[in-house]
Amino acid sequence: MNLPILVSAIVFWLAAWAVNEWLVRQRFEGDAANRAARFAVPILFGVTLLVLWEGIVRGFSVPSVLLPAPSMIWQRLINSLPTLAADFRQTFLKAVLVGYALGCGLGFVVAILIDRSPFLQKGLLPLGNFVSALPVIGVAPIMVMWFGFDWQSKVAVVVIMTFFPMLVNTIAGLAAASHMERDLMRTYAASWWQTLVKLRLPAAWPFIFNALKINSTLALIGAIVAEFFGTPIVGMGFRISTEVGRMNVDMVWAEIAVAAVAGSVFYGVVALVERAVTFWHPSIRGGRA
Amino acid sequence: MTMREESFLRDKLLPVGTVVALLILVWYVAVIFLNAPFERDTAARAGTEIGFSQIVHNTMAQERPVLPAPHQVIAEIWDTTVNKPITSKRSLVYHAWITLSATLLGFGIGAALGILLAIGIVHNRAMDRSLMPWVIASQTIPILAVAPMIIVVLNAIGISGLLPKALISTYLSFFPVVVGMVKGLRSPEGIQLDLMHTYNASQAQTFWKLRWPSSMPYLFTSLKVAVAISLVGAIVGELPTGAVAGLGARLLAGSYYGQTVQIWSALFMAAALAAVLVMIVGFAHTAVLKRMGAKP
Repeated sequence: MNLPILVSAIVFWLAAWAVNEWLVRQRFEGDAANRAARFAVPILFGVTLLVLWEGIVRGFSVPSVLLPAPSMIWQRLINSLPTLAADFRQTFLKAVLVGYALGCGLGFVVAILIDRSPFLQKGLLPLGNFVSALPVIGVAPIMVMWFGFDWQSKVAVVVIMTFFPMLVNTIAGLAAASHMERDLMRTYAASWWQTLVKLRLPAAWPFIFNALKINSTLALIGAIVAEFFGTPIVGMGFRISTEVGRMNVDMVWAEIAVAAVAGSVFYGVVALVERAVTFWHPSIRGGRA
Repeated sequence: MTMREESFLRDKLLPVGTVVALLILVWYVAVIFLNAPFERDTAARAGTEIGFSQIVHNTMAQERPVLPAPHQVIAEIWDTTVNKPITSKRSLVYHAWITLSATLLGFGIGAALGILLAIGIVHNRAMDRSLMPWVIASQTIPILAVAPMIIVVLNAIGISGLLPKALISTYLSFFPVVVGMVKGLRSPEGIQLDLMHTYNASQAQTFWKLRWPSSMPYLFTSLKVAVAISLVGAIVGELPTGAVAGLGARLLAGSYYGQTVQIWSALFMAAALAAVLVMIVGFAHTAVLKRMGAKP
């Protein structure tokens, strides 16, 4: 056991905790300082986690097969950038993005198509809710059988996974405009299209973006898990399952780090677009809602 | 538009039934189209002509179809649930039980952890500011990708069986509970909190008499999501264990050996399990709300 490293990690943790406790109680002059403080708190917490992790792994000399230290993972990540880039291209740029666009687009279009038929809506909404609760990921082996080992089968899995959340949320969103507002559109003699574009779609954006955000993580999960059922020799899921078999746990963690950053950035981009599109919504305007 | 009384038959059964019937119809048509090439190939190889009606007949009863017909799947489910003893490795009930036990253990730990974290976040500003962004960020990580590693690594140090799978379920299910409960525990309005203040209620009293009861609807809504997702976690957790037991193992074994009927029956079993679990949480929800005096 390496006591000094362990102790210094714990000291760092306690110090960071104290700083955070102090930071959240402060009121700074000016907006910029306040905003910086708000960012600093979670970042400090994250750094603390990493330091603790490093400290515990080194302090107790945990075997790297069990849990590699962050510094070791970073080393591995830097050393195997080409492999990671190839995996990223295969899984994220091909399977995830294409499947996400197709699945979300399809869900949206179908929701608009059945908008005029309350009968179909009543039939599809409970089913969509039901399917959203199902372990849809299980279709992965079937899709791999149908569409082959390459990224097309992963696209199919992602499409199926993202379709239903989008459908359900869009239908709910299109029903969000109130009767008063719809009556107003009627008094303007607005056509169905005009009502859709000018009133109901804008009212539905918060719901649609909710689905887009849920789907951004679902898509990545779907693509990676689908690769466990068979891939060409490239891809994030493939790399994870083979390197686990070879006990190269640091490589697995490097791959996970890439997946985590990709997933977070994907989510962040969708959230940023949401802020721009639904700037009028109370949760974004920063009211007390 | 006139307001009408909700009718179960007209507003629920008829539309849902129609859509389901349509889906089954599409399925059968797809069965014919997807399985026909195989029949034509066999006929061509045997040097015989095969008529359309014969193709349709054959596609419904292939050994390893591209897409099995619904009745084949149902027959397989019936065969593996009712006709096999529950303790047999070929019984679907046995595999479903293994998955279910991991799901429930993970769900239980995840829900408890989620509630505890939410209580901490609501009562401590530093936790709120520092933990909440990471709780959200933790879910943008495709954690299912880590599942095989957790399983294999824990196996390597001698922990195997239920716990590793349950841990994955835990990780997946704590998130909806944290988010829902933070919202729920903060749902009492300022005026109600002020009233508790005028009663000189302690923080614990405010919690048990105001915050906790008013968070119940949020809790159960997120529990429904959590139980569904912990089933997914348990199934994926079974993939890397080398297809030993559980619904995930059935999926993997089926895909290795091209047993499509087996894959579909495992899928249907998983779907039924998810539906039952969500329904149980739903019943608990209505029961608790009724106990609290809420109008249904």
